[in-house]
Amino acid sequence: MPLTIRDLPREKYVLPGNAACPGCPEAMGLRYVGMALGRKAILVIPAGCTSIIQGLHPGSGLSFPIINVAFASSDAVAEGVAVAKELLGEDGVVVVWAGDGATADIGFATLSGAAERNGNIIHICVDNEAYMNTGIQRSSLTPRGAWTTTTWKGKTEPKKNMPLIMISHGVPYVATASVAYPLDFIEKLRKAASLKGFKYIHLHAPCPTGWRFDPSETVEIARLAIETGMWVLLEAERGVITISAPSRPYIDKRRRKSVVEYLKRQGRFREIPEELVKEVEKEVDEYWTMILKLSSQQIQ
Amino acid sequence: MVKLTLTGNYCVAHAVKLSRVKVVSAYPITPQTTIVEKISEMVDSGDADIKMIRVESEHSALSAVYGAATAGARAFTATSSHGLLYMHEMVWWAAQARVPLVMAVVTRTIGPPWNIWTDHHDIMGQRDTGWLIAMAETNQEVLDETIKLFKITEDPRVFLPGIIGLDAFILSHTVEPVEVPEQEAVDSFLPERRQPYTIRFGDPLVMGNIPSDLLVNARMRWEVHKALESSAHVIDEVDREWGKITGRYYGGLVECYRCDDADFLFIGVGAWVGDMRLAVDKLRDVGYRFGALKVRYIRPFPGARILELVKGRKGVVVLDRSISAGSAGPIFLDLAAYLQGKRVTVPIKDVVAGLAGFEVNYEDFVKIGEKFAGEVLEVGWVKDYLEFYPSR
Amino acid sequence: MLPLSRPKIGVQGATGSWRFRKPEIDQGRCIGCGICWLYCPDSVIDVEDVSGKFRVRIDYTYCKGCGICASVCPVKAIKMVSEV
Repeated sequence: MPLTIRDLPREKYVLPGNAACPGCPEAMGLRYVGMALGRKAILVIPAGCTSIIQGLHPGSGLSFPIINVAFASSDAVAEGVAVAKELLGEDGVVVVWAGDGATADIGFATLSGAAERNGNIIHICVDNEAYMNTGIQRSSLTPRGAWTTTTWKGKTEPKKNMPLIMISHGVPYVATASVAYPLDFIEKLRKAASLKGFKYIHLHAPCPTGWRFDPSETVEIARLAIETGMWVLLEAERGVITISAPSRPYIDKRRRKSVVEYLKRQGRFREIPEELVKEVEKEVDEYWTMILKLSSQQIQ
Repeated sequence: MVKLTLTGNYCVAHAVKLSRVKVVSAYPITPQTTIVEKISEMVDSGDADIKMIRVESEHSALSAVYGAATAGARAFTATSSHGLLYMHEMVWWAAQARVPLVMAVVTRTIGPPWNIWTDHHDIMGQRDTGWLIAMAETNQEVLDETIKLFKITEDPRVFLPGIIGLDAFILSHTVEPVEVPEQEAVDSFLPERRQPYTIRFGDPLVMGNIPSDLLVNARMRWEVHKALESSAHVIDEVDREWGKITGRYYGGLVECYRCDDADFLFIGVGAWVGDMRLAVDKLRDVGYRFGALKVRYIRPFPGARILELVKGRKGVVVLDRSISAGSAGPIFLDLAAYLQGKRVTVPIKDVVAGLAGFEVNYEDFVKIGEKFAGEVLEVGWVKDYLEFYPSR
Repeated sequence: MLPLSRPKIGVQGATGSWRFRKPEIDQGRCIGCGICWLYCPDSVIDVEDVSGKFRVRIDYTYCKGCGICASVCPVKAIKMVSEV
């Protein structure tokens, strides 16, 4: 039975008066983690925006058990916690809440290691597509053409395909999500929590501060990513890919909005040259073609 | 109690098993590898009930162990040299988070060039971090001190992580006869694990977010230092208790061989102290009254104990198996500063020797001792406070 | 002294002081769907069940004025009103 708003707990896991920017998608995402898992989740949080969102000791703007950890350590710490809790007979879910840097760059080794060992944790990559916390520097998850403070003319390399990389690790569950589709994200979190082994959820998180759009537009931009086909909501259970409901209309490329609609709304793409826009369109098509091919056969 | 012939590394493994460690995570590096291989073997044969996390790097090894310990489990890791350097930021993290856990460091020099032999640069690089640091002289001591460290680190007067250091190959891979205590004896000695806080499901406790008051943070750091100072009592207490159970009391923070009537002292840490004792005997035979002061704990630095023992001597020569490049050897630095701080004057010299695994044995110590005694008797002080051995 | 904290509302102060525009709800237009509550990043929107619908209230002490609620409201019952 599909989840509705009325089914969701009202308890506050992200507290009013926290330190997040107005319109912050990470704060939104954390609310959904709370709604999905409650305080039975222990969060392991490496350096990133959420380290700051918690606000200042001795208070915390987040109401979860939290271990703040060094940047490159998160999945190993989480696996240690999960192993200990199992030995101690204590029941719950250990969740890494990591940005794109702590997932795909400085944290890549610890992520890959824990995935390969099938550590019993959920790794959520909250992807705002740059090192936002340190001031909007490029990461491997920054898309091509995006302005950042270390790519003033726009990043030349493409966005690293983390969901596919994690599927290739052969883990029990990989999913993509978006802050525009909270119920989908919550269902995926609950499904992940019900499974044993390593689970990876990649949450697309448009950042008003770093992507240069008005804070009121966070949800709209996130939705446009789905509607243009630039972000695909999917699940891969044991390598079998299924496209999630919100993305299914866009299997048909005629129903996808033009990528320009997504790009033009964001200041970080203001200088993107015409040729690159055409390339982006082509990449979207190619990506969908590949995903659809893969979704009809099992990988790993 | 059972008598076995064991390498230093196997002694660590036995100690880990006897201490009922629940979680071990480590990454192989020569000469630590046989510790983890032995533990793995013990687990697979049903001799030990330990969950192993076979991580992909040392940084992840200490991270996993730190996570398990924060969650409430007794945990352990082991490493050397570059592995220790790789996990260095987590070494700081564990201490400042006040999470008790134990790590074995098989001391190995640092490259380039690649070199697997012993010196103390790796372990000395951890001096500032807030960990207790013990250095063993024999395999028996490795076994005993590892078990004791679980008790010491988990004592509420301490609540800090601790390192047991053992020299590469000299101890790690050399077989010695060792008394292995019974499980019941260790069980009655080691209480249930205690830690200052535990992160639990359902309890919204947050560790590590930014402080609003920097003075609070500054005080936390100072408290780590104070905890190390108070650990000195605990180290001695636990050593005495161990002595009652096994008959082996090591003297707490320091141990002094033939020191009562000594004019001169060797001061050192680690396996080569054994050679210093031999050199003491040889030197006494030719008329130089030497003693050998073994420093068992680098941190907390046992300044007060050493001061009692060096006061009034004609001279003391510190053997450092590492150097803080640009300054002097670390034991010398710690000791000279303490003596100065306490206004105690004694001729003191730093001999940096045995770097990069270059072998230094009792004959070298005899030479060093003779030269030192000669120069002190000649000028009433030391000629050069810092020397590299062997000098050309 | 340990580096441990506990949850606190207003950990960063009265963040309502950050905003330059304020969300105002036209309760007459509101259909009580709860979508604004769902998307508010800061949990400053509270909903109360009143005869099968949500009655919505905003905590202005902490509302940062991001405007997401106004943007997602399906019937445009929330307007962002300038406070400068």
